[in-house]
Amino acid sequence: MPVEVILPKVDMDMATGRISRWHVEEGAAVEKGDLLFEIETDKAAMEIDAPASGVIRDISGKEGVEIPVGEAVAWIYEEGEPPEAAFPSASPEPPLLTPPLKGEGDSGTSAPPSPLRGGVRGGGPSKDSQSIFNHPATVGGIPPSSAVRASPLARRIAREAGIDLAAVAGSGPRGRVVKADVEAALSGGAAKAPAAKAPEAPAPAPKPMSDDQVLKLFEEGSYELVPHDGMRKTIARRLVEAKSTIPHFYLTLDCEIDALLALRKQLNEAAPLVKTEDGEKPAYKLSVNDFIIKAMAMALVAVPEANASWTESAMVKHRHADVGVAVAIPGGLITPIVRRAEEKTLSAISNEMKDLAARARSRKLKPEEYQGGTTAVSNLGMYGIKHFSAVINPPHATILAVGAGEERAVVKNGEIKAATIMSATLSTDHRAVDGALGAELLSAFKRLVEKPFGMLV
Amino acid sequence: MDAQPRELSYAQAIQEAMVLAMEADERVFLMGEDIGIYGGAFQVTGDLVHRFGEERVMDTPISELGGAGVAVGAAVTGMRPIFEFQFSDFATLAMEQIVNQAAKMRFMLGGAVSVPVVMRFPAGSGTGAAAQHSQSLEAWLGHVPGLKVVQPATPHDAKGMLLAAIDDPDPVMIFEHKLLYKMKGPVPEGHYTVPIGKAEIRREGRDLTIVATSIMVHKALEAAQTLEGEGIDVEVIDLRTVRPMDRETVVDSVRKTSRLLCVYEGVKTLGVGAEVSAMIAESEAFDFLDAPIVRLGGAETPIPYNPELEKATVPQVPDVLRAARDLVKGAR
Repeated sequence: MPVEVILPKVDMDMATGRISRWHVEEGAAVEKGDLLFEIETDKAAMEIDAPASGVIRDISGKEGVEIPVGEAVAWIYEEGEPPEAAFPSASPEPPLLTPPLKGEGDSGTSAPPSPLRGGVRGGGPSKDSQSIFNHPATVGGIPPSSAVRASPLARRIAREAGIDLAAVAGSGPRGRVVKADVEAALSGGAAKAPAAKAPEAPAPAPKPMSDDQVLKLFEEGSYELVPHDGMRKTIARRLVEAKSTIPHFYLTLDCEIDALLALRKQLNEAAPLVKTEDGEKPAYKLSVNDFIIKAMAMALVAVPEANASWTESAMVKHRHADVGVAVAIPGGLITPIVRRAEEKTLSAISNEMKDLAARARSRKLKPEEYQGGTTAVSNLGMYGIKHFSAVINPPHATILAVGAGEERAVVKNGEIKAATIMSATLSTDHRAVDGALGAELLSAFKRLVEKPFGMLV
Repeated sequence: MDAQPRELSYAQAIQEAMVLAMEADERVFLMGEDIGIYGGAFQVTGDLVHRFGEERVMDTPISELGGAGVAVGAAVTGMRPIFEFQFSDFATLAMEQIVNQAAKMRFMLGGAVSVPVVMRFPAGSGTGAAAQHSQSLEAWLGHVPGLKVVQPATPHDAKGMLLAAIDDPDPVMIFEHKLLYKMKGPVPEGHYTVPIGKAEIRREGRDLTIVATSIMVHKALEAAQTLEGEGIDVEVIDLRTVRPMDRETVVDSVRKTSRLLCVYEGVKTLGVGAEVSAMIAESEAFDFLDAPIVRLGGAETPIPYNPELEKATVPQVPDVLRAARDLVKGAR
């Protein structure tokens, strides 16, 4: 009996995923646990292993295409098992919307047919149609994009209520819309379709420009269209949500960091050497950002009221400071989290960040490594940015935007002196943290940064 | 008069039906291999030969084709024969008489004759009788227009359906599961009939319809009881008749529950449950399905001799539980 290889759910709230790369080819022998393919989710790449040993066949999950969770993307046959030897009892229903015997050029769908199904659909029963009809690939595979998986009952209720099934999220196997989903959509007042047309998502006014409206403003041929990947869509969705639902306000302070830079130098010089594969190396190399992470965490412990998340029913007051650190990666950014940063030494934070940032760049972070957190730090100092305001990343109530440390003239006791100054701007969710509280937090941060020995004890 | 309902075994209930019919109607007589002095392979006829004599409880030679031919001929000429096979598997030997003669004669002779023969088939696995004595071939005969095919699941129905079959003007094939013969249950005294072609709802429920046949009715009921404790409310339909099938009862039930599980011992592919599934898929109940129809049938293999393997080839209660949970909880 062939074993179904499905697109697994690897992330919370994941409805679809894309296969970024197959590591095996049709007909290849695989051992259970072998790497089959990589999935790109909203924020990370995950490697998926073979669920069984055998020969991989009927690879229907195409690279780069959105595939519903639970969809069969390939089958693993036992060695020597002929394709028609078995007929899996749990095989998905045949794609009803693609009549198998339609005439040439009248496939009725724009979805690219898989080679096997294409042969049947395009040209009537082929010579070996017997084996094709007994073949799992014939009944499995990807339905055309216009097809909605729905139970007959769900279809009937939707039809009678005038609901467009395409707008209903399916909770059944392979995303099938079942009765409960349609009823939930009905009671939730979801999307009643006036006609057969898919209803647009309830857009906040004013409506953004449509794709066509945007493209019309540019001369044809003067641009290239790059389809959004999962990360880009997530960034767009989350930032629109954050900026349109969180009442932001901003506080800025200048911090003198000469003492911090001196301490950093001393600490780095004092780093013991450890043996590694590449020879002896210092056990740590602290960056300014490592101090900022630690300072932010300690400031939140000092001002615990500000270490909070807003929910409609209650204030979530966190017991630990989990600091997200924005890491720019090709194609976007991601915010891995240093958990319980207030408890960690600078060297521990530093080494953890190096690991997280490296894996973030290769998109190998696990969801639990970038989801959650109680605050975040974004540092654009390395680009010479003086100061900026960051967008809060829910569920956080704050985010600290850090500019470059630069020599500036400062006035002290009536005298002009040179000092290394770093501007820091705290963005604050006013629902959770009021102005004075935010100021208290930022002052605590400044105190730690300017008297950095406090971070060593 | 009506104190505790009297309990009889399935085999006793059949014997009582035969006695009642033979007492009431001289045309009724029994034929079969070893049904006389020996009392029948499963002791269903018992000592009836002493009561009714060898003319009415007739041992036949070891020739199913010959015996069936005599029975069919007797029926055409006005008798009411009841022909017992030792094992339903041996129906294969008598197919010419059953399929080409008994089922066809009324039609081919323009209704001038009918063939009121009853044939009884001890069927099913579970007795360690191996591949040639354990099959469930009801779907074979259910495929033939002109025959009526029933599978009583209780002593009550075994008696009532046999009496209905004797009254019926057409050939009626009765498949009796061998493991049911010793099962006891309430059986009314006297003559009564259970209609052929009418399914029975054994248990009402809201979440899932299980259509089961023969011994599987009891496995389905046992599973339903367990599932009740899990909050799954199962309706169990005893199909009782393979041909003509009671479409209405099943359609109405599926319209109510939105889910259908067919449980039958015959080989899954092209079995009775396959027909029930297709019937529902074609029916007005289609629009009420909220999950795929699921069949639990016999494995695609001859029944093995090894008792553990034998059990594994036909649906058991845990299989029913698993399939029902999957269906109701949305895993399928």
